[in-house]
Amino acid sequence: MFIFAPTKNNNMPYPYNPPDYFQIDELLSEEHKIVRSAIRDWVNRSVVPVIDQAAHEHKFHERFIKELGELGAFGPFIPTEYGGAGMDHIAYGVIMTELERGDSAIRSTASVHTSLVMYPIFTFGSEEQKRKYLPGLASGDLIGCFGLTEPNQGSDPGGMEAKIKDMGGHYLLNGAKMWITNSSIADIAVVWAKDENGIVRGMVVEKEWTGFSAPETHNKWSLRASVTGELVFDDVKVPKENVFPEIKGLKGPLMCLNSARYGIAWGAIGAAMDCYNTALQYSLERKQFNKPIAAFQLQQKKLAEIVTEITKAQLLAWRLGKLKNEGKATPAQISMAKCNNVEMALNVARESRQILGAMGITGDFPIMRHMMNLESVITYEGTHDIHLLITGSDITGIHAFE
Amino acid sequence: MKILVCVSNVPDTTTKIKLSGDMHSVDLANVQWIINPWDELALTRALELKEASEGKIEKVTVMLVGAKSAEPTMRKALAIGADDAVRVDAEPLDAYFVAGQIAGAIKDENYDLVFCGIESSDYNGSAMGSMLSEFMNIPSVSSVSKVEMDDDQIVVNREIAGGFEVVVPELPFVAIVQKGITKEPRIPSMRGIMMARKKPLKVVEASGLEALTEFVKYEPPQPKAACKMIDADNVAELVDLLHNEAKII
Ligand SMILES: Cc1cc2nc3c(=O)[nH]c(=O)nc-3n(C[C@H](O)[C@H](O)[C@H](O)COP(=O)(O)OP(=O)(O)OC[C@H]3O[C@@H](n4cnc5c(N)ncnc54)[C@H](O)[C@@H]3O)c2cc1C
Repeated sequence: MFIFAPTKNNNMPYPYNPPDYFQIDELLSEEHKIVRSAIRDWVNRSVVPVIDQAAHEHKFHERFIKELGELGAFGPFIPTEYGGAGMDHIAYGVIMTELERGDSAIRSTASVHTSLVMYPIFTFGSEEQKRKYLPGLASGDLIGCFGLTEPNQGSDPGGMEAKIKDMGGHYLLNGAKMWITNSSIADIAVVWAKDENGIVRGMVVEKEWTGFSAPETHNKWSLRASVTGELVFDDVKVPKENVFPEIKGLKGPLMCLNSARYGIAWGAIGAAMDCYNTALQYSLERKQFNKPIAAFQLQQKKLAEIVTEITKAQLLAWRLGKLKNEGKATPAQISMAKCNNVEMALNVARESRQILGAMGITGDFPIMRHMMNLESVITYEGTHDIHLLITGSDITGIHAFE
Repeated sequence: MKILVCVSNVPDTTTKIKLSGDMHSVDLANVQWIINPWDELALTRALELKEASEGKIEKVTVMLVGAKSAEPTMRKALAIGADDAVRVDAEPLDAYFVAGQIAGAIKDENYDLVFCGIESSDYNGSAMGSMLSEFMNIPSVSSVSKVEMDDDQIVVNREIAGGFEVVVPELPFVAIVQKGITKEPRIPSMRGIMMARKKPLKVVEASGLEALTEFVKYEPPQPKAACKMIDADNVAELVDLLHNEAKII
């Protein structure tokens, strides 16, 4: 008999069987499920076998970009005429969940590319900007990054110091951005800077332009399989046709963040499910005191709480996706989902790691890597605190940031 | 030239199979369904041949005998790149039934090459491909591990003990394929998934043909008996146990 055994994968200690406790599958379309199986197959084939080593070596595999482009994982909701797939937002969410199951670094790259680079060019860009950049970004021939955060401005981007000066034929860009995903490998950067009237403007800056450099930040303990770095602008000449024509003020970058945060709310569930899948199976195999550790009430409490939290997060994400498809998802709802689901994932990673005991700290299992990654995820795209403040301000009407 | 790829809808290979209490059915709740892995390889190879054929192969069709619930699997085949799909609306009862239904549904279509997987990963019957060629009255080649197109000929490698045989069958024929026919099954792209929406998926009525076998019940293998360990030096005890307890010597 020819048994079709799935290829043994050293970095996949257990077959991946994510939980679906509330039959959320029934809420997904046939297409969403094909999307999910396609991305899952790619992650199993391309990411899982190398990701532990990549994280150890602090290495980003650039081939991921090309492969994600071929898959169509960049800009799935962008219309096909610009190279996207014209899918809905639930499909985008499903893609993010599957990618983050592989590693938050891969999801981060796809988030930045899709929501922070393609989305603003599609939404705010001129027709020429769209035609020039979107197809290359969709195929992965061009790599993009997003520069908002600065050394002195994180949670408060309104205080940004990067500036553009109108020189008649072009703008002159000066300033520095920090903590920028994909910075040193990017071909183009969507950069936000203030004009002479203090109004935030967005623009597309190309890597080759004189005065632009993008050094990498080393020594991270998180998202080690993703590139993070700076963007430094020293009298960079930005042609006027590279500035987004209409959008002015912080609304521009905040709209991008909304799209990315939405994706993260889905993505974090993937990391959590990978941790749970590992912890559940390990607890059934590992014996102490002559019993599988899954037979002890304390471990069952942990597992029961984890699967409950994952289920709640799935429902939150699904409902948010429905609202987003209908154009009704508010920024505050997106904040709540990002805030809840990332914290959930981080807690799940911590609890799951304990279930594995000492084994949990090794790279033979994915949990510790997810846990370290999620420390970034809970900080970027608005820290956990800032999202709570957004919810607080939304429900009380009192703004408590300043 | 036209290629037909027969596909079946099977539980994911990592599924833990549970039987119902009366041993009469498999509990299908929460089962994820996939394209039978060998069929997926065949489809991938068919598409590669089409792409390399410079227009000579104009169409790759997927064919499935199954209920409507198998349509997501066909949609996936279309997303991977098949041009159109045909479903015979009937439960696939046995290999004879499936082969007869397929042969009936395509008798006017003149496919030049028909791909089948060497078996399906659910029941591992390994009979459908050869039965289909009988029904169609055309040759079949089994254990095919390589298919190439050379002008208008199809050249296949057939695995035999210790090596392989190179065969150029007369067209049309049924190629019953093995692993190795292509490197990896193709993963559908997001654009492919969207395009699949618009591709034709035709449903045809089943013919009056009946299955030849009757399913009685499932029987799981006997649970493993406890294993007695005997010291390597203690041959006398081993012989005694084999003689008096196991009663095999
Ligand atoms: C791996 C990684 C990748 C990143 N990628 C990008 C990118 O691609 N592009 C980009 O522009 N940025 C990126 N960032 C930056 C990220 O968005 C910022 O780190 C984040 O917005 C927080 O800013 P900060 O680090 O300066 O923290 P700060 O704003 O200095 O905050 C420090 C602490 O103070 C708290 N705090 C701040 N203000 C308040 C307040 N009003 N009330 C209560 N508490 C408050 C915060 O919650 C936090 O706990 C990335 C960050 C990381 C770690």
